[in-house]
Order: sequence, then C-alpha cells, then structure tokens
Amino acid sequence: MAIGPGTILYVVRRLLQAVPIVVGIVVLNFLLLQLAPGDAATVLAGEAGGAPPEYVAQLRERFGLDRPMHVQLLLYVKNVLTLDLGYSFRNSMPVSELIFGRLGPTLLLMGTTLIVSVLSGVLLGLVAATAVNTWRDRVISVAAVIAYATPLFWIGLMLILLFSIKLDWLPTTGMEDVVAFNEGWDRVLDIARHLVLPTLTLSLFYMALYTRMMRAAMLDQRGMDYVVTARSKGLAERLITYRHVLRNAVLPVVTMAGVQVGSLLGGSVIVESVFAWPGLGQLAFQSLFARDFNLLLGIFFLSACLVVLVNLIVDLVYLVLDPRIKLG
Amino acid sequence: MQQPFWRRFVRNRPAAFGLAFLAFVVVLALGAPLLFPGDPFRIVDMTFLPPFGAYLFGTDSLGRDIAAGIAHGGRTSLMVGLVASIVAVSIGTLLGAVAGFYRGWIDDALMRFTEFFQTIPTFLFAIVLVAIMSPSRGSIIVAIAVISWPPIARLVRGEFMAMREREFVQAAICLGMTDLAIIFRQILPNVLSPIIVAGSLMVATAILIEAALAFLGLGDSNAMSWGFMIGAGRSFLRDAWWLCAIPGIAILLTVLSINLVGEGVNDALNPRLRTL
Amino acid sequence: MSEPALLALHGLSVALPVWADRERAVSELSLELRRNEIVCVVGESGSGKSVLARAIMGLLPAPHVRVTGGRVLFEGEDLLRAGPERMRAIRGARIAMIFQEPMTALNPLMTIGRQIEEMVEIHLALTRRQRRARILALLEEVRLADPQRIMRAYPHELSGGQRQRAMIAMALILEPAILIADEPTTALDVTTQAQILALIKELQRKHQTGVLFITHDFGVVAEIADHVAVMQHGILVELGAAAQVLNAPRHDYTKSLIAAVPALTPRPRREMEAAPVLLEVSGVMKTFGTGAAWFARGDRRVHAVKSVDLAVRRGHTLGLVGESGSGKSTLARCIIRLIEPDAGTVRLGGVDLSALSRRQLRPHRKHIQMVFQDPFGSLNPRLTVVQLIAQGPITHGVAASEALAIARELLQLVRLDPAAADRFPHEFSGGQRQRIGIARALALKPDLLVADEPVSALDVSVQAQVLQLLADIRDRLELTMLFITHDLRVAAQVCDEIAVMHHGEIVEFGPTIDVFADPQHAYTRELLAAVPGRNWIPPQLQR
Repeated sequence: MAIGPGTILYVVRRLLQAVPIVVGIVVLNFLLLQLAPGDAATVLAGEAGGAPPEYVAQLRERFGLDRPMHVQLLLYVKNVLTLDLGYSFRNSMPVSELIFGRLGPTLLLMGTTLIVSVLSGVLLGLVAATAVNTWRDRVISVAAVIAYATPLFWIGLMLILLFSIKLDWLPTTGMEDVVAFNEGWDRVLDIARHLVLPTLTLSLFYMALYTRMMRAAMLDQRGMDYVVTARSKGLAERLITYRHVLRNAVLPVVTMAGVQVGSLLGGSVIVESVFAWPGLGQLAFQSLFARDFNLLLGIFFLSACLVVLVNLIVDLVYLVLDPRIKLG
Repeated sequence: MQQPFWRRFVRNRPAAFGLAFLAFVVVLALGAPLLFPGDPFRIVDMTFLPPFGAYLFGTDSLGRDIAAGIAHGGRTSLMVGLVASIVAVSIGTLLGAVAGFYRGWIDDALMRFTEFFQTIPTFLFAIVLVAIMSPSRGSIIVAIAVISWPPIARLVRGEFMAMREREFVQAAICLGMTDLAIIFRQILPNVLSPIIVAGSLMVATAILIEAALAFLGLGDSNAMSWGFMIGAGRSFLRDAWWLCAIPGIAILLTVLSINLVGEGVNDALNPRLRTL
Repeated sequence: MSEPALLALHGLSVALPVWADRERAVSELSLELRRNEIVCVVGESGSGKSVLARAIMGLLPAPHVRVTGGRVLFEGEDLLRAGPERMRAIRGARIAMIFQEPMTALNPLMTIGRQIEEMVEIHLALTRRQRRARILALLEEVRLADPQRIMRAYPHELSGGQRQRAMIAMALILEPAILIADEPTTALDVTTQAQILALIKELQRKHQTGVLFITHDFGVVAEIADHVAVMQHGILVELGAAAQVLNAPRHDYTKSLIAAVPALTPRPRREMEAAPVLLEVSGVMKTFGTGAAWFARGDRRVHAVKSVDLAVRRGHTLGLVGESGSGKSTLARCIIRLIEPDAGTVRLGGVDLSALSRRQLRPHRKHIQMVFQDPFGSLNPRLTVVQLIAQGPITHGVAASEALAIARELLQLVRLDPAAADRFPHEFSGGQRQRIGIARALALKPDLLVADEPVSALDVSVQAQVLQLLADIRDRLELTMLFITHDLRVAAQVCDEIAVMHHGEIVEFGPTIDVFADPQHAYTRELLAAVPGRNWIPPQLQR
C-alpha cells in the first residue's frame, strides 16, 4: 500500500467525519455537567469560607455562568471549533496551556503501554500457540487468565510494595526526581525509571488480552486451507508458521488494539492516580472535584480527538498489513 | 441439550473450580449479615492488627474487622456487577438487534451512536456520571451500564446481521411473520449463547470498574466495598500491606472465577471447538 | 499396461477418530496411477475420496485421522515409511496438489507471484531472475492474460477461474510426476469449469503427468477420465476404464449413481395457451450499493437485475438459469419481496404486489412460498419439525391444533416418517431437511412455489429423489413453479420453459425443448457447450 493522493483524501475524509462525533461528545458532557450540583463559583466561594451570596453572584458573572444555558453552550461549541478551549478560573490559566502541559506524560505512558502490550502479547501468544498443550503454553495461558482478572490499581500498589518499598529498586511515584535537576541523558534515564512501574501496571491487562487473542488467532489460522496448501508445497512447519500464519493472526490483535484506545485512556486515569503521574487523567480528576468544568470539557475534547487519531493510525496500519482492505 | 451441556461444563476443570469458588463468594456475601452481624464500618478492636491473629484478616487503620469488610464488600461487588451487566446487556441486545435486523439508515444511526460512546474515554465518563449523580449504588450501576453496552450492541448486531442472511429467517419472512416475531422468536433464541457468554464476562468487568470507582473515592459511602478498602489502606502500604493486599486478592479471585465460568459456558455451548 | 505404475496403493486403510460415524475413512483400498493418465476417483460426500488424496500426500490431520495399514508406492518408494524430510522434498516437487476452493487455498496476504516463487525456492536453487522467468512462462502456459500483473496481484483481486489457473501454475511449475486434483472445478461456474478441465487435460498430455482427479460429478468424469474408481463409504466398489464404468457399470452402487444423473434431454413441450398467466413481472430492476460516497473514489454500484420482464402460466414450471452473479437469485428475491426492487411491478393472479407496503404485503405472502438452497441453514435449529411446518398456517390465523394436524399430513406427502414430527432438524440428513423445507412451503397452499437451487447442495442420488418428489407434488397439486438453477441437466428435467440470465438480463426465454434444440443467444450456446459430459448419454439402467 503506497501513500498516494488516495490515502490523503481518505485521512481528510475520516477526520471530517470525526468532527460531529467530537462535537457531540463535548455537547453531551457540557449538558451533563450542567446537571452536577454546584459550579466553580460555589466551590471557590466555599473555599473562601462561606462567602456572601453577592460575592458568588459576582463570580458567576465574571465566569459567564449567569447566562442562559443554551447561550453558554453555543458560545462554548463555537470556541471549541476555533480550538479555543476557554479559561480555567480555578488555575488562572488558559485551559489549552494546562492541558498541553499534561499531554506529554499521558502520551508517553499510553505509547509505551501500547507498544509493550501489543509486542509482548503477540510474542507470548505466538509462543503459546506454537507449543500448544505443553508446559510453556499452560504457564502462559494461566498467567494471562490471572492478569486478565487483576484490578489495575491493586497490582500497581502491589508493584510499589514489592519493587519500591521492599526491594527499593524503582521510585514510588511521580514522573521524575524534580529536586535532582537532571538534564540530558540523566533526565531521560530518570524518567524511564519512573515509567517502568506505571507502564507495567497499565500493560498487564492488555498484554493478557492480546496474548489470549493472538493464541486463539494462531490456532484458528493453523486450520485454514492455505496452510494445507503450504504443506502440500513441501514447506517446513516453522516456515509455515512464520511466513504464512503469523501475519494473518496478527490482524485481529491490531484491530483490538485500536478498539481499546478509549479504555486505555480510562485506565491511565487510575494508573496516574496510583503513581501520581502528572498526566491528563490526574488533571481531569482534580478538575471534576474543583468543579472546573471548562478544564474538564477541554480534557474530554482532547481525549476524544486522541481516540479518533489513534483509531485512524490503526486503520492506516491495517491498510498496510491487509491488502484486502480498500480505502473507503 | 440440558444434560450434555452440564456434563461438558463440569468436565472442564478450570470452569468447575471457578463455579465452586463463585458459589463460595455468593454464599459468603449472602451470609455476611449472619457471619459478621452489625455494621462492617464499626470499630471492633485496636488498629493495624495483623492477619491470622484474633481476627482472620486483621484490622485496619481505624480498627475495623477486615474479614467483615470482605464479606460485606462482596455483597456490593456482586450486586453492582450483576445488575449493571443485566442493564447493559439489555440495552446492548435491544439496540444491536434492531440495528442488525433493519440495517439501512437505522443501523447507520445506531452504529454512529455506539461509535460515539466508544470514542469517549469510558472510565473517565463513568467517573463524571457518578460524580454528577452523586455516588450511590444506583448511580454506580447506571454509570457502569452506560459505558458497557456498546460492545454488546456490536456483538448482537453482528449476530443478527449474520442470522438475517440465514435462510430460515428468510423463510420466516416469506411465511408472513411480523418483524417482532422474527426478532424475538426466530433469531434471538439462536444468538442467546454468545450473549450469555459476553454477559457473564461483563459481570467480571463491571466488578473491576466498581472497585476502581470505589478506590478513587467514588463509591457508595454507606456500603462497604473492596475497592474502598484498598483505597483506604493505600496510605498505610508501607506498614500494613494486608489492608490493600487482602481485598485485592478477593477481587482477583472473584473476577477470575467469573471469567473461568464464562469461558466454561462458552466452551460447553460450542463443543466443536474443543474436540479437535 | 506394461509400464510400471507411477503410484500404486496397496490395501490402504485410514482410521477415523472414535467420535466419527464409522471406523475407517478409507478401507483396504488398492489403486494404480500411470504416467500420462487421468484416474478419476468418484464418490458422494463422506465416501472418503478427499481423505484418500490427503493420505497420499501425508497431509492427514494427525493424530485423529491416521493411516493404519497398506502401502503407498510412489515410483517404487513407500511414502508411508518416508521420513518428514523426504516427504517435504516429494511434496510440491514430485507430487503436487490443487484444491476445491482456490480463494481459501491461497494465502490472502501474499501476492500470487510470491506464493508460486516460494514453491520454486524451497525445491530448486535458482536465482531470483531465473525463478521469475520460469513463473512468467508458466502463467503464460495456463493462459493468464498479463502475467506480470497476475504476479503482483493478491488472490482477492482475481476471479475464481484466474485463481484456479494460478493454483494450477503453482502445482505444475516443478513439473511433478503426479498431480492430485481435489474437486478443482466444483466451486467454479460451468463455463469456467469447462475451460479449467480443458486446461488440465491439455497440460497433463503435454507434460505426461499422472493425474488423480477427485470429483463427485459424473459429467466431469465423462469429460476427462481415462480410468474411473468409484468409492462408497471408504471402499472401492468399482474400478475400470472410463468407457466401461460410464456406459456399462457393473456394481449396483455405480449403477444407482449413474441412474441418478439427469439426462441432458429436455422435458416434452406442454400446451401453453390453455393456462392463464399467474405471475407477471415487468421492468424489475435492482442495484446494490450506493454511488460514490462523500470524498470516496469510484462508483461501487452493482446492477444485479436490469429491467427484467417475465411471465409464468398457471401450472407451468419456469426455469431461471444462469451462473453465479447473473442476478437470478436477486430476481427471485425481488419477486418474493425478500429484497425491495428499485423499480418494476410484480403481479400475482392480478394483484399488484409491488404496490403494497411491507405490512400490507404480509397477508398476501402465503400465495408465494420459497424452497431454499441450504438444507442446513434453512430450518430454525430450535424448532421441531412439526413446529417448523405449522408456523406458517399459525401465522396466518389457523388454530394451532389444526395447523399441527396439517403439518403431520404434509410429512406424509413429502414421504417422511410421521414419527419424525417431534424431532429437531439436526437429526436429519440433507435430503430429509429439504423435504421438511418443501413441506413448510406447501403448508400455506401457495399458488406459486419459488425454488432457489433446491438440490444443488445435495449428493446426486439424494438430488434425484428430491427432484422426483418436487415433480410429483407439482403434478398432484398443479403447482406453478419458478425454479432457479445453475445446472442445465436439472433444468432440462424439471422445467417447461427456460429463461437464461446473464449479467442481470434475460438473454433468452422460451420452451425448454426449443432452447436446447436451437439456442438463439451466443451465451446460451456457450452455456450448453460447457455442460460437462454433454456428449455422454447416461445408459438407461434399472434403479
């Protein structure tokens, strides 16, 4: 599959198609948040220690919260379409600045998780399927079943307990040792050390999922007619596995990895909370309790864009892997 | 059908183990008020008593009996998991059936709708829903159901689409049956087994989501819950590891056993997958 | 016969797993194949003919299905004792194989060129350039136009016939001594089948290959066989020269199989003017897919049916004949309104059905009923036989007890044991299920019966019985029938009139006897010429 004008046209079309979905998500969440008890003004006033109602009203006017709901909504959607995500009164900063500051860590965590879980899932599934019903297969399958049932936040805590508290090999929380003022490679290494446990925690479930899928897909593909053809050509079993079966079996795993992006973002909320990882999930969580709805909506907007984007990338990867898929 | 299914199921050892453990959890949860009478939030003794002493699982930071918490928390987990799954499966089945049967613009619209729900980061959305409705068992169930139905809808839609092409459905149309009769009496009984399997696996996922919400402090504050216990014990990880470890193991084993049962049901319903 | 056999099977036995319905797939079978000879192995489904092919290649699905005795001598060497290394060297290079379904037999993610190249790569030490030259030469030899393009193409980009040609090229590229062909034309249309059969025969003569050709179709046997081996339940019941087996079969089973093959002689003419027109179709049109979508390229529309007119008289049977993709099934489904046509009218006995909404149509549906192709998919597996048959009358307001009584009567009409009434479909064979499907359609006493390839999924002996049953019922109930088939032999036997469909249009329409005697359209002539074994007239045998 070459990248030609067709591919670009396809990408443009997919992005345009995603606009209504993303706007819809923003609108839905906007309306939902209107139902929430209290707003930023009440929270700020409450923190000020039972401020008089005049002060609250004043705050509301300043934040534009006194206008009718539909006006606020229209204004917000208009702003979002021009990529203006508004102002966080709570943090006294533009929302986009706040979000982009936190986007990096989240992308780093999600990216490494995606790569680690897909690669190790494919590898383990392959090993299990090529040694089906031997001890290797059993160990991998049992481990996958257990990992599949493990609560993320709990395994995170247990990893901290083991590797940070008892063994003292890895740092407990955060993304880097801020007081060390590392620079260059030292900083990269420091971040990498902080990244190990969060990635492992978030990867575990997906690794189990992909391992199981890969194993099933391999066994499934091994029964296909083209494998009999390959045998009738005189191909050795090892060649059949690596040249013919492997590629066909990877396809469903890739599809699944695309579907799971939304849930991966959700999982990172938990992992960020456990490891105090300074990402979007933490920010979303804080903004919810601070009733900082502009910020929360901005995060929803960005996450939806991220999901759309990653899905598009997965589809493009699929296009390269499977010649049967046509643009459209 | 009944006899061979049951025999195939129990011959599968992991599934039989899962069922046995699940039965144990259900008995424990149902019997919690008798085994550990009184409020599980009640302080019974000194704080941080280690497990396997005076109290089977020790006491927590406030001196509450952890074993009582486990038993009562099981009630919450199972109830929320079961009810949320039933709601999600019902919504998903209904929408999937209509989309798959009618196809065309109805299908397009419904699939856009599910796509929409799959683009929202699900767990984040659940957090917002619970926060808006204020945390309670009801709001947690609603939130879990709202984020869980899309995969079921997709599954049921796919099954219905395939069934719609099957000739016995075409024959039913030729006989002049109403759409309602075809959907519910001809097709649905034939796609029930994948729905049951997906539904039983969803109970496990729902328990995990409930635990995560409670861990983050979004649980029902009046009901003891495993996730809450882990969240509460989190600050004492260094000195009292059992506060977190024990409820986590309870979640792990319960979810594991439900998964094993679900897969056992799947294997028993599709025996040909196992024979070769 | 002085030349030693290339391949000699001596008392070959293959065991089936314990849960199978019989102990052995192949039982003490002995057979010889010589150079430059085509031996056809004929049998119905479950006769063990495909297992035989795989046993020779050492490709049985171990450990469940395995050889338990006998010898497979290839050029004097017993393949059953050859090690895996030796077998791999023989497979592909000395004994090659082609399969029924080239779409699934080729790896969907690999180009045709690469898949053929792989075969050369394993067995010969050639440079890349030499390999490519050889592949191009062979693609040319199997008459694939534009071999350069075919080499770069993926399997899904080719037609069924092109894929099978590519498979043949792959099998023959190393000039094997033996080619094993497992139903290589069964999945193909009749005109493509004729071309592939001719190709196999031509290449076989040219390269002096010994071909073991597995088939269920006596027409194909008549077309290419030098020798014929007939198998039944894993046992070789008759072996002989093609002319002898086809024209003077000795074994009773062979005789019954040959007697079941419909002769290519059309039904005698019937008086046409006497009967009024029951079904009148005019200007029916159906296009699938939508036009170019927003920002998408290309038009993906398929004109399945292009403005078709038809009329069927009461009591007559019209055959709708065509190859796959000709639009015949779509047309039938438009008539019965399983598919909404884009345009045109369908009138049944004066009522304009196309003017009715889906809801309004419902009470009228009982006048047209359908018999489907797939005996496994056409019955709801969760209902008993009597429920399946009674559900039509119940839907139209007949009391349940009365409907069940009707259903039991119908079981007798389709010659099924009344004791079968309360069993479920999976307990019946394909032919029996087709009978249940016919009973279900008849339960509503329809004016018109639409039969969509009702016998094409059945073995030839069962096919003959079901056709006979349909003919009897039609004559007894004076049914009007629209009979859809791709098989001209079946059409000749069943239909009063024939409409030949090609690319969504009816290219020829007339009494069967006239169409067969003097086809007007070039496509009709092509179809008739492609019927396998058209020059062989099955002998009149006592059944």
